[in-house]
Amino acid sequence: MLTLRVDTLTYGAKPLNLRDSRAIVQPLFADPMPERRLQAENLHLWRGDRHVLKGVRFAVNAGECLQITGGNGAGKTSLLRTLSGIMYPEEGTITWCGANIRRDIQAFHSDLAYIGHEPPLKPDLTAQENLRYWVGVRRRLEEAEIDHELTRLGCDQWRTRPIRTLSAGQKRRVALAGLLLMAAPLWLLDEPTTNLDTAGQRLVGTLIEEHLAKGGLAVAAIHHELEVSSAVIRRLELSSK
Amino acid sequence: MEIPGTGTSALEAARLTLARDIRLAFRKRGQLVQPLAFFAIVTTLFPLGISPELSRLRDVAPGVLWVAALLSSLLALEFLFRDDAQDGTLEQHVLSGQSLTWLLFAKTVAHWLLTGLPLAVMAPLAALSLGVPVASVGGIVASVAIGSVALSLIGSVGAALTLGVKRSGALLSLLTLPLSMPVLIFGARATELAIKGEGFAAPLYLLGALAVLGITLAPLAAAAAVRISLE
Repeated sequence: MLTLRVDTLTYGAKPLNLRDSRAIVQPLFADPMPERRLQAENLHLWRGDRHVLKGVRFAVNAGECLQITGGNGAGKTSLLRTLSGIMYPEEGTITWCGANIRRDIQAFHSDLAYIGHEPPLKPDLTAQENLRYWVGVRRRLEEAEIDHELTRLGCDQWRTRPIRTLSAGQKRRVALAGLLLMAAPLWLLDEPTTNLDTAGQRLVGTLIEEHLAKGGLAVAAIHHELEVSSAVIRRLELSSK
Repeated sequence: MEIPGTGTSALEAARLTLARDIRLAFRKRGQLVQPLAFFAIVTTLFPLGISPELSRLRDVAPGVLWVAALLSSLLALEFLFRDDAQDGTLEQHVLSGQSLTWLLFAKTVAHWLLTGLPLAVMAPLAALSLGVPVASVGGIVASVAIGSVALSLIGSVGAALTLGVKRSGALLSLLTLPLSMPVLIFGARATELAIKGEGFAAPLYLLGALAVLGITLAPLAAAAAVRISLE
């Protein structure tokens, strides 16, 4: 049986920090103070005879990050996939900006960037070609944008190498470049620091903080503590008991 | 919400998918050549097994060509969505905000361009080796070209339905082959009439009708099947 514990002790203490940072960071989205809010109400999900999600409820607002923790098989990935709309919960609703995501799922997906366990990169294409396709399907982008983000993520040395020749950590960095290029306000990240070295893990924290400061939201399933200011972090712990 | 740059249209996204699949196929030439080599080997083996007598081979040529084309097309179908499902690309397609139907249709078009069209080009060579008259080549190319469109579309539904199944090859064959029977029947009939020098328009129209039906329904069915498989 699975139980759920929501811990909000570290949330909401200093929301002003976030607003202060918005003033100095160039907003990514049109409305710097949008009413973006991801809310899950009483989510129940069954996989066969396993009751994976038992009444999960939370709300994340613009500028906040929800960190989902829990052991293996606790349902972190299932929750992320449910939030993304790929999986259908047996009970409960997910709303984005006040509207049920099922009402206009394509519009919701346009606002969403999801990175699963494995980066969706083709081994026989280069980093540039992969991003040109992966992001290009969502929005038109310039070659310079791809180069800029790859350089920013420290991938400039291997941008023209086939993905199959890269290490797992290098692939993860390319995937993170894709995440930035998608320019979506809502990030759903499944173990975003997997395979990354210490510098890479810090980089993920920085990217999330920048994203939040620009008015974005992030939901991250993660084993280790994210290196993000505790003022913008909410925690949700899933445990299999 | 403002997304830097403008959103990609459904047609542009489909074009990108088509271009990417063709590029990937040329980087994995083994998969590209496999169905064509299979087609060549099967059509070459028949004369060895039946008889080298051209009059006998000419009689069985329509059946040989179409069964070989059907099985060759099936061989490549297993790879149609499998790699994309394994590396998370299909998931990204679903979450891209684009029409999954269009994206999967583009992938099916790429499959036809890389398998069906080369088969249509190779079919006359195989047919000539089976002793069919040169005058029938046009009819054979047309029937294989149109019929393979229908085969790719039918196959895309089967490939999508078997996505979540391990070692799905056998199940894919069981699903796809019965649905492909009308294509086989009309295709073989068109080829037979072309070899005899008679009008083959009627079966060709029926093949065209099947292809149009496939274009209309198969991408929708494949998209629904992919969504179910991913859940």
